[in-house]
Amino acid sequence: MHFDFNDEQQAIKATASEFLASRFKLEKVRELAEAETYDDGLWTEISELGWAGIFIDESYGGQGLGTMELVILLEELGYALAPCPFLSNAAAGLVIAHAGSDEQKQRWLPGIASGEERGTVGILKNGVAPLVPDADSAKLIVLVDCDSAVVVDPSEADVEPVETIDQTRRFARVVSDGGEALEAGVGPGLDRVATGISAELTGIAQHAQEMTIAYAKEREQFGRPIGAFQAVSHGCAQMLLETEGARATTYFAGYAADSEPEALSLAASTAKAYASDAGWRVTASALQLHGGIGFTWEHDLHFFLKRAKTDGHLFGTAAEHRERVAELFVREAVPA
Amino acid sequence: MDLTLSDTEEAFRDELRAWLEANHPGEPPAGDEEGWAFRVEWQRQLHAAGWAGVSWPKEYGGRGASPVEQAIFSAEMVRADAPSPANVLGLAMGGPTVIAHGTDEQKDRYVAPILSADEIWCQGFSEPESGSDLASLKTKAVKSNGEWVVTGQKVWTTFAHHAKWCMLVARTDQDAPKHKGLTYFLMDMEQDAVQVRPLVQITGEPEFNELFIEEARIPDENVVGGVGNGWMVAITTLMHERSGIAFAAQGQIKRDLAQLVELAREHGVDEDPVMRQRLAQLYIESESLRINAYRGLTQIIKHGQPGPEGSLTKWQWSDLNQSLTETSADIRGPEAPLKDSDWTYRFLRARANSIEGGTTEILRNIIAERVLGLPRLR
Repeated sequence: MHFDFNDEQQAIKATASEFLASRFKLEKVRELAEAETYDDGLWTEISELGWAGIFIDESYGGQGLGTMELVILLEELGYALAPCPFLSNAAAGLVIAHAGSDEQKQRWLPGIASGEERGTVGILKNGVAPLVPDADSAKLIVLVDCDSAVVVDPSEADVEPVETIDQTRRFARVVSDGGEALEAGVGPGLDRVATGISAELTGIAQHAQEMTIAYAKEREQFGRPIGAFQAVSHGCAQMLLETEGARATTYFAGYAADSEPEALSLAASTAKAYASDAGWRVTASALQLHGGIGFTWEHDLHFFLKRAKTDGHLFGTAAEHRERVAELFVREAVPA
Repeated sequence: MDLTLSDTEEAFRDELRAWLEANHPGEPPAGDEEGWAFRVEWQRQLHAAGWAGVSWPKEYGGRGASPVEQAIFSAEMVRADAPSPANVLGLAMGGPTVIAHGTDEQKDRYVAPILSADEIWCQGFSEPESGSDLASLKTKAVKSNGEWVVTGQKVWTTFAHHAKWCMLVARTDQDAPKHKGLTYFLMDMEQDAVQVRPLVQITGEPEFNELFIEEARIPDENVVGGVGNGWMVAITTLMHERSGIAFAAQGQIKRDLAQLVELAREHGVDEDPVMRQRLAQLYIESESLRINAYRGLTQIIKHGQPGPEGSLTKWQWSDLNQSLTETSADIRGPEAPLKDSDWTYRFLRARANSIEGGTTEILRNIIAERVLGLPRLR
């Protein structure tokens, strides 16, 4: 029994961390965010590393690895706050891989795996998908309505770019009445999407926590580092607790996706509820503990706070996932 | 990642599970004396079957269980709702301390009666003036004619009225810096110089005691780990059986959570949207506790000690147990203050969770200083 990464997973994590730290320095993140754009060259580099198709079967052009490997990449992408269309494309790949027919997978997955014909996922509410990442640049949009989904060609849909607080990512509002239905239910795919975005939130929380601890050691007031004051240090300890909780629940969901699929739905909603709350609380606490400087545009913290808040509302809010946990857990819990 | 058990571990679990099914002693009887006799008998039964001191090395009468098996043991005991053995402190702390720091004579003398519950142990660390700042303790031991004469006061000593031996930390050097002047003794409780008074807590029960020590005598051979090393000996004792504790904690929460859902059903609030959010949140946090127990166990197997998540366990557990019992009160509504339910007792008892065994504030200090590397104010 062990609950940590194997050697290959450790290597993926180390490579991803090193690559992203060199390509997405915070100045670069800021430059892209302020210009509200992505760097196509970097996306090509990411695709050439095979990341886009890491979880996709080799027969469809992917790496044939699991959800856990995707979790590892997304945690690092979140930590780097990398502006790129990785998450949206992976979401489309996950839903199609688990709900598409063989023919549909053959048609769409290779483009997603190579990163050359990207996809995205939108969740419909009353016929409208209000917050679809990268819909303006994707080649296909998976529109989810309850348990079923259709794949839409963006040129045949109404795709209207929207401005959000998260400038590190592009979003659009999508309406469509057409599309081609996916063969099976979207549950297993969406559970993996929720797991993936929880990993991104974990990485964001980790980085905000590290920034805050570094600042608390260096910033002096009343003649000593502010981290010596318990009001501050206890806030930092709380950040650790919530970041580790997000990490724990997310890793378990990744493990369940690959090894205990019958536990995945409950684990994925558990992770997304926890990570959505933790992502927000940790970044909000980071801002508070930075004081005035944290509220300025010139400080990088707000990019983390805004991404965390937006992620918290993407692919199901904390409250929605808690209700799903209630549905799955409260209904079935029987005292031992 | 792999959360499956090996064949040996599965065999260990199956053997324990089968034994517990066949030998479960049932509910403890009411009344202090009857309840105590029941727990002593239960420990003897555990011991006879080789289930006392599972983490102890075999040469000292233990089972020599691996960290995974210790975790399985804790989880299975909770799962079976098995009562605690009588000599909890001797098994969890006293024995491991003597085994780690004691002389050969001490090991020969003390270890076996702990396992058999023939001699019960209690812990004399906290004092009225020394709670979180334990190293400031004032109980004094002075050497006179080859033995130690001890005077002072201890508090929160569980089972002091049943105990034969007290793990006593006392100041032996007034001039040394406060952590350096302490010594760890084994004090015989059967002497008139030691008076035990029950300490009634907010539940109305005397779960703990106060010790009044007036010139008690301790022979020199009852020093454990050397004069002046008391702090080190006491601290290493507290580190024992951490993985086991994390699994017992998560197991207790899971068991109580299932009972809480049943309570919500009985009170017809399991479809209430607000209550569903709260129950779901408790489940979510219990998962964080459970998975962190696995992560801590993995770190113990690999590195001999838990990682950062290991220091969070007690804090997470106490927060969660308090939320859980508060939710039980809200489910019961106007019935919540009624004493006719065990939930009322649990609700009050949980208030101590964030104080006993290290307050949440002290745990946050430890995490801030030792895990995050933040500067100390003191």
